Amino acid sequence: MTGSLAVAQSAAAHAEATLPAVGAQRAAWLLLVFPLIGAVVLLLGGRRTDRWGHLLGVAMPLAAFVYAVIAFAQMLGYPGDQRSRNVQIYQWIAVGSFKVNVGLQLDQLSICFVLLITGVGSLIHIFSVGYMAHDEGRRRFFGYMNLFLAAMLLLVLANNYLLLYAGWEGVGLASYLLIGFWQFKPSAAVAAKKAFIANRVGDAGLSLGIMLMFSTFGTVTFAGVFSHAHQAGPGVLTALGLLLLLGACGKSAQLPLQSWLLDAMEGPTPVSALIHAATMVTAGVYLIVRSGPIFDLTADARLAVAIVGAATLLFGGIIGSAKDDIKKALAGSTMSQIGYMMLAAGVGPKGYPFAIALLLAHGFYKAGLFLDAGSIMHGMNDEVNMRRFGGLYAVLPITFTTFAACYLAIIGFPPFSGFFAKDTVIDAAYHDGGTTGWIVGTAALIGAGITSFYMTRILLMTFFGKRRWAEDAHPHEAPPVMTWPVILLALGALGFGAFEILGDRLPDFLGPVTGYVPPEPSVVTQAGGIALALMVIFAVIAWLLFGRRPIPETAPAAGPAVSAARKDLYGDAINESLLMRPGQWLTRLSVYFDNRGVDGLVNTVAATIGGTSGRLRRVQTGYVRSYALSMFLGGVLLVGALLLARI
Amino acid sequence: MSPGDFVALAVVLFVIGAVGVLVRRNAMVIFMCVELMLNAVNLAFVAFARMHNNLGGQVIAFFVMVVAAAEVVVGLAILMSIFRARRSASVDDASLLKY
Repeated sequence: MTGSLAVAQSAAAHAEATLPAVGAQRAAWLLLVFPLIGAVVLLLGGRRTDRWGHLLGVAMPLAAFVYAVIAFAQMLGYPGDQRSRNVQIYQWIAVGSFKVNVGLQLDQLSICFVLLITGVGSLIHIFSVGYMAHDEGRRRFFGYMNLFLAAMLLLVLANNYLLLYAGWEGVGLASYLLIGFWQFKPSAAVAAKKAFIANRVGDAGLSLGIMLMFSTFGTVTFAGVFSHAHQAGPGVLTALGLLLLLGACGKSAQLPLQSWLLDAMEGPTPVSALIHAATMVTAGVYLIVRSGPIFDLTADARLAVAIVGAATLLFGGIIGSAKDDIKKALAGSTMSQIGYMMLAAGVGPKGYPFAIALLLAHGFYKAGLFLDAGSIMHGMNDEVNMRRFGGLYAVLPITFTTFAACYLAIIGFPPFSGFFAKDTVIDAAYHDGGTTGWIVGTAALIGAGITSFYMTRILLMTFFGKRRWAEDAHPHEAPPVMTWPVILLALGALGFGAFEILGDRLPDFLGPVTGYVPPEPSVVTQAGGIALALMVIFAVIAWLLFGRRPIPETAPAAGPAVSAARKDLYGDAINESLLMRPGQWLTRLSVYFDNRGVDGLVNTVAATIGGTSGRLRRVQTGYVRSYALSMFLGGVLLVGALLLARI
Repeated sequence: MSPGDFVALAVVLFVIGAVGVLVRRNAMVIFMCVELMLNAVNLAFVAFARMHNNLGGQVIAFFVMVVAAAEVVVGLAILMSIFRARRSASVDDASLLKY
């Protein structure tokens, strides 16, 4: 009953006309142009830009951020239902009745992403100046990072699916280039390829979805698709939802396309922070929330989204609990947190704002955690094995403090970011009602416990306990250019969640886009309390396992559960046995069929003709008398035939 | 002698010529056998012309003679040059143009 009301309201909200932009917002294309200039100059400029390349690379995101703040301030000046503004740039494709414009849409949802991408992106760029200071390819690095920003901003600003797809492929390219940035390492080159190929599977889903949209609605603009969505049949809508979900799974490393994210940690740490934690991997959540009007009409696809999210949040958490590589443990955590966002997005309009709230808060604390991991690696000769850390709190005080702040934020310690952002997601899951609501809600609750477990484990193994450093390790605090961005991110991690959720600030802001309606009083008001209790219990368990006892420097033999988690819960093995091996067999079979079947047939025909004519050739003996005989016989035959015909 | 006897003679001459072409190896003899066959046919033409009171057969016989004369000239020229090159007039020796 209330569900259908909510759908009707959200449809009304989506159907609202998008107004043309005026004033400063008309220059929204600047957001794309700034980082694009950086990328073009740095990548085409060659070695002569080496000296000042990183400065340009930092200036461009900052310029974009300043512009984003101006556009945001202008947006706040409009009433809620007039904040969605359209910036027409030019007509891209015009074939018959099919027209695609390059147009940008500045609304509440995209501005959230733009501020996150440019803001957190700028901080990470500044951090990279210090982190990559001794790397020969620093200019190339900044070029790729700027290229990523341009593609990501295109993805979130596009006002139609085709343009979104262009940005979608652009971030995939930048991700590939940056994972394989140290391409002389075979592991990095392989990881880059793996990420690219896994993403292709998802991209295929998204492109099929766009084609289905075009064949069903005849348009690919957000406004056009959403206003006609209710006319499509339920089967088409569900197919559309599932195809979009497949695209989201690829980009956001959700089951079953999760396997690339852990390997993606081969890239430089700022890349892990920006692309594989704060922004790109959340593109899937953006896609689902942006396509809300489609998902509102298909409960089946929504359920699939929620199930994928719930499964991934447990899957990632379990992997993160067993990894000794600090970056991979954090990557497992990223998968798990994005699982939360997907779960919230699967709830529908009641969950969208909380998915975005968690996404923004996660952008702060996960970027902070990764940059801290980068600071630690910077001081520890690029060591990533947490078994060789320990006791670092005394020598890296700033890193420790910021890491602890982000830690409190991610485990949901009140009153920091995660407490508000994650508990609302859990609440929203229970609010969904029914058996599925209980199942995904309970998965989210257990996930909260696991989050607390693995984060406490990382904190204890890294900063506390005996010093298990390598002999030549002399940990030292990073220079200010690296610490200040982390401090700012940590402050955001502490306060941003409360800012978003208290007084329903973000849900009210996003309401006109996502069709949010405040839910009726909670069925499980104590979900937050249970989450809090689980958090404390699991933190204590982690302390009992990793804080009280000394940690061996090499990983001890473990039971089946821990071994499985160390091997990414056999994600790669499943891919190999289910996809790679059958694929190889299929190739071998087709090669065999081609060689023996197709080539065999052709060769047999050719050989038959060749052999026959070879034998027939022998008739040409060169003896005049045999020719004369055949002529004579021919003449006899001819005359005989004539005589017979006459008679 | 009735015209039928001339036709019978022509058949005999033709068969002798045909057998000679098929069994002899000497190009000179083969030529003579070819001439024999041509003349057998000429004889048949003339006989048929007489039988049907139609001059057409006699006219064709002249044409055949002219063609046969030309053929003999060309054939003997070829035969001469083969004999100069190979010192043999056997047609079985000149069997290079084959498969």
